[in-house]
This record gives sequence, structure tokens and C-alpha cells, in this order.
Amino acid sequence: MSQNYKIGAGLGGVVLTAGAIAFGAFLSNRHQNRGYDDAANHTKRQPEGYNAQVGRSVTIRKPRAELFAFWSDFANLPQFMENVEAIEAGADGASTWRIKAPAGQAVAVKTEIASKKQDVLIAWRSVEDSEIETSGEVRFEDAPGKRGTRVSLMMAYDPPAGALGRAVAKLFLREPQVQARHDLKRFKMLMETGEIATSARTRDETRAAKQENG
Amino acid sequence: MMRALTWHGTNDVRVDTVSDPEIINPRDAIIKITSTAICGSDLHLYDGVIPGVAPGDVLGHEFMGEVVETGSASDLKKGQRVVVPFTISCGGCFHCKQQQYSACDNSNPAEKQDMSATLYGQPMAALFGYSHLTGGYSGGQAEYARVPFSDVGPIVVPDHLEDDQVLFLSDILPTGWMAAENADIQPDDTVAVWGCGPVGLFAIQSAIVMGASRVIAIDHYPNRLALAKQLGAEIIDFRETDVREALMEMSGGIGVDAVIDAVGMESHGFAIDNMFDVVKQKVGMGADRASALKQAILAVRFGGKVSIPGVYGGMTDKWPLGAMMEKGLQVRGGQTHVQKYTKPLLEKIEDGTLDTTFLISHRLPLEQAAEGYKNFKEQQNEWTKVILKPGMEN
Repeated sequence: MSQNYKIGAGLGGVVLTAGAIAFGAFLSNRHQNRGYDDAANHTKRQPEGYNAQVGRSVTIRKPRAELFAFWSDFANLPQFMENVEAIEAGADGASTWRIKAPAGQAVAVKTEIASKKQDVLIAWRSVEDSEIETSGEVRFEDAPGKRGTRVSLMMAYDPPAGALGRAVAKLFLREPQVQARHDLKRFKMLMETGEIATSARTRDETRAAKQENG
Repeated sequence: MMRALTWHGTNDVRVDTVSDPEIINPRDAIIKITSTAICGSDLHLYDGVIPGVAPGDVLGHEFMGEVVETGSASDLKKGQRVVVPFTISCGGCFHCKQQQYSACDNSNPAEKQDMSATLYGQPMAALFGYSHLTGGYSGGQAEYARVPFSDVGPIVVPDHLEDDQVLFLSDILPTGWMAAENADIQPDDTVAVWGCGPVGLFAIQSAIVMGASRVIAIDHYPNRLALAKQLGAEIIDFRETDVREALMEMSGGIGVDAVIDAVGMESHGFAIDNMFDVVKQKVGMGADRASALKQAILAVRFGGKVSIPGVYGGMTDKWPLGAMMEKGLQVRGGQTHVQKYTKPLLEKIEDGTLDTTFLISHRLPLEQAAEGYKNFKEQQNEWTKVILKPGMEN
């Protein structure tokens, strides 16, 4: 029972994590073009059983350095990441992400910085003994003309084996994509407007209030 | 708590007591509403044909009033009198910076963007008091409204102008003006306008101000045609006259230079719900419903201009694509970039170039809003435009 529960929570965490964070990320082969056209790998039609990989780009009308600086401080990320409760910094660039899981649970994922290049990219991955195996990368490129910066978020994970794994993968491929998109849109709103749009009429109806009140 | 017109279902809107709006984001302001209008597009909600409307939603996207509360990043001041654009726009994104305000990237909450992104390829911006497709923001047919991005949208109006003179800066006046602008009117042009509702009438007035040599208005309600005539248009009643034949004769066999479809899906019920119902479209229901626009495309001359302020949401079939291509037409549409037009149009109201009051037929207290909807829908000839006044005595 306790073992199953743990697995369940872990898998739920994967699902939520994916989008939320956009974290995770990123298969080492991201830049190895798998086809002959110029499209990003995560937009390719994926054969059954291929590692789950989601990605999304947005264009944000702000300078690359400003966006990179904001993202570099992981403590900022929960502001726009729906399912991340908190990110605590540890030693040597390691951090612990607290991810919301179903039924009011939370899952902790320990990550380390895999790669970081000033104003260009930040990549992270779960540490070896982590419950969830995942990796992520956010990349910043100048957009054409005065359009600002193109921000691309990639994340990947290795689906656990077996039927359960496939079920989770199926879930993962639907929800995380949506979460990644929403999180990136909120990041864009925060950077371009200083706030995150809500159509709530009262403070009690906001996303944040609902999350706090369960 | 406040009073507000809320949606409950088809042909069922009621004035209810609901929670007061609050400042949530730094750029918000709270407006105490003094005047708000019922728009033709509100009738789609009333008819129950718009998806994503929930019971209890506060309707209304044409409103103005007094600033009573401001967020820390608003540049409005308490006591200022403002008109609020129906489009919610951040002012800082790629589209807003090009004055394409109705395409704002940031006003529709992230979690509400998916449906319109699926339908149109990219998500829509937010609008007040409409479907959750466009954000699901509480509208202005109420005593108070929360206005996001209040440093970009609302325009402060001088005290010597009455509400009736400036209220329509919120939607229909800029919409009519942009419709005429999209028709790229040249001095010798003959312009034909389908639909003499508020937007059509303002498009006619704008086309004349822009120097069209001749404007021809098409409708079937005598009272609405009379308003068009009063503005200086020639009129055609499509129940009495073969419109294409008449337009060919009136343009000396050339065809009219520009056409404006101010009917849209509204009068024929070609509704946004069709976008979910491909089958329905394929059996031809969509075909009749874009009839004004099809007629316009055949009536316009080769190399002519087609402007579409009328609202469409889905798809249609039996489209005269051949005519559109072979005739080399320029076609423009879109929700109105209201913030782009409020200032120049306020100036034109102040100097008397534009009159906005001629089409107002009724003024009612907010408490009688449901009656206003019913009559605006059922008695279109007489009820041309309804203004609701929250402060007015019953």
C-alpha cells in the first residue's frame, strides 16, 4: 500500500511537474535534428514509445538579459508556474522543487543545474536518487527586429516501464503540454505587463486565493 | 454588494445582487458606472448562441463612469470621468505596440486562451462582459466594474460633454470609424453599407466625414433607413429592391468602390456556436447566414475594397472565393482596436464633426435592463439603441 501510494504520488508529480516547470528538461538530443526539415524536434510527430518531450516557445517583448536574470532566480518561478509551490535553493546550484500532487499532496524533486550560459540558457535535471527522473531547459534568443526575446522551454522525462508507465505517459503528453503553455504565457504576462491577467471580480475568486484555500 | 445584469440562459437575463468588484492587480481601477449600453452583439448572448457563457456572468461591454478606486500602478485618479474600451489591452505587447489593441497577447487569462487558439490558430484578446472565450471578465451593465490595465484603456472625458455624447467611444463609434477606415475611402468613392444598426450608422457617418462622394445604405427597417438618410446616405430597402441590380445602376455599371458588411452573423443568426458544428454548416445553414457579405462581394467593383466590421465566429460554405480572387479584392476585418481611436474621435465629438446621440432611442434605469434586452431584440425598428443608467429613478 505504502509502496503503491508512493509510486502514485511520484507519477502524479511527474505529470504536474512537466508542465509546471517546464522543468525538466531536455533531452540531450534536443539539437540533434531527427528529420530533414527545420522544425523543432518537439513538434515532430512522435513514434509510439518515444521519450516524452514537450516544448513551447513564446516571444516576449523584453531584453534577453532581463528575462534571463529573472529566470535565474528559481525562487521567482512559482509566481507563474501553476503547480510549483516553492523552490528552495540548496548548495552548488542544487534546488528542491515542491510540486503539487493530487489530493493535496506534494512531491519534492531535487534538481541540479546541468548547464548555464549567461543570457542564453539554463538547463537542469533531477539528481540521481530523485523520485522523478526529469530534465528541463529554458533558452533565450533574440527575436527579429524589436520583437524582444524568444523564450523556449523544453522538458523531458523517461516514462516508467510497464502499463502504468504508459498510462502516465499518455496523461503526461496531454496535460504537461497544456501546463507548459499556460506557465509560459503567465511568464510573458508578468514580464510584459508586471502582472498576471485574471478575470476574477473579487480577490477570493483568483487562482491564488483558490489555491491557498484549497 | 451591487446590482448587475446577469445571464441565466436563453432569453433569460436578470438584474441580480452580486459581489462588488475589487482591485486585484496593480494596474486595475474600479469604475462606478453612470451609463452603459446594450450592444447588438449582446443579443447573441441573449439568444444563447455563444459558447462559454456561464449562469451568473455579468454582461455589458459599452460603459463609462467615475473612477472610485485605483490600484498602485493605475494612473487614473479618483473622481475622474472615463469611458472604457470594450477591448482589454495591456499596451505593452507586440500587438498593442502596433496599435493592434484587439489582438493583445496578455489580457485573456492563460487558462482561458486554449479554446480560441484551437479555433483561430492563436488566442483572442479579452473583452468585457462576453464569453469566457474572451476571458470571462465581468461586464459593465452593473453599478461597478473592475477595469484591468486602467492606465491604457479608459479615456478621461471633459465634464462639459454629456454621457450620451461620449459613451459610444467604448465600442460602436470606433467600430464604425474603423469599418470606414478599412474600406480605404478615396474622394470619388461610392461606398455601400449593409446594415443600419448602430455600427452601420456610424460607418456611414464616418465614410461621409472621410470624404466618400456617395454612401448607399441597405436595410429593411424604415426607421433605421430614415436615420441613414438623415446622415446623408442614399437608401435601399432590400425588401423592395433588387440590391445588386440597384447598386450596378447607381454606380454607372462599374460596381461600388467599397463595401462594408455591418450585418455579420447578427441579424441572421449565423452564430459563433457554428464553429463547433461543422455538420450544421455543411447542410447549408451557414450559407444563408453570410448572405449580406456574399452580396457585398458580388456588388463591389474589380479591385474594390471589402470591410467587415460585422461579427463572424465560425466558418461558412458556398463562399464566393472565385469572385474574391478574380476581382482582386482587398478584404479587411477584425475586432476594433478601440484604444487607437478614442482620442482622435473624442476630438471629433468635441468639435462637432461627429454626432453620437442621434441613434439613441431609449434610456432606462439599470433595473429595467431585462426589458431593454427584450425590446431591443423584438422591436428593432423602434428600439435602435438602449442606454442603461444605474443611477436613474425607476
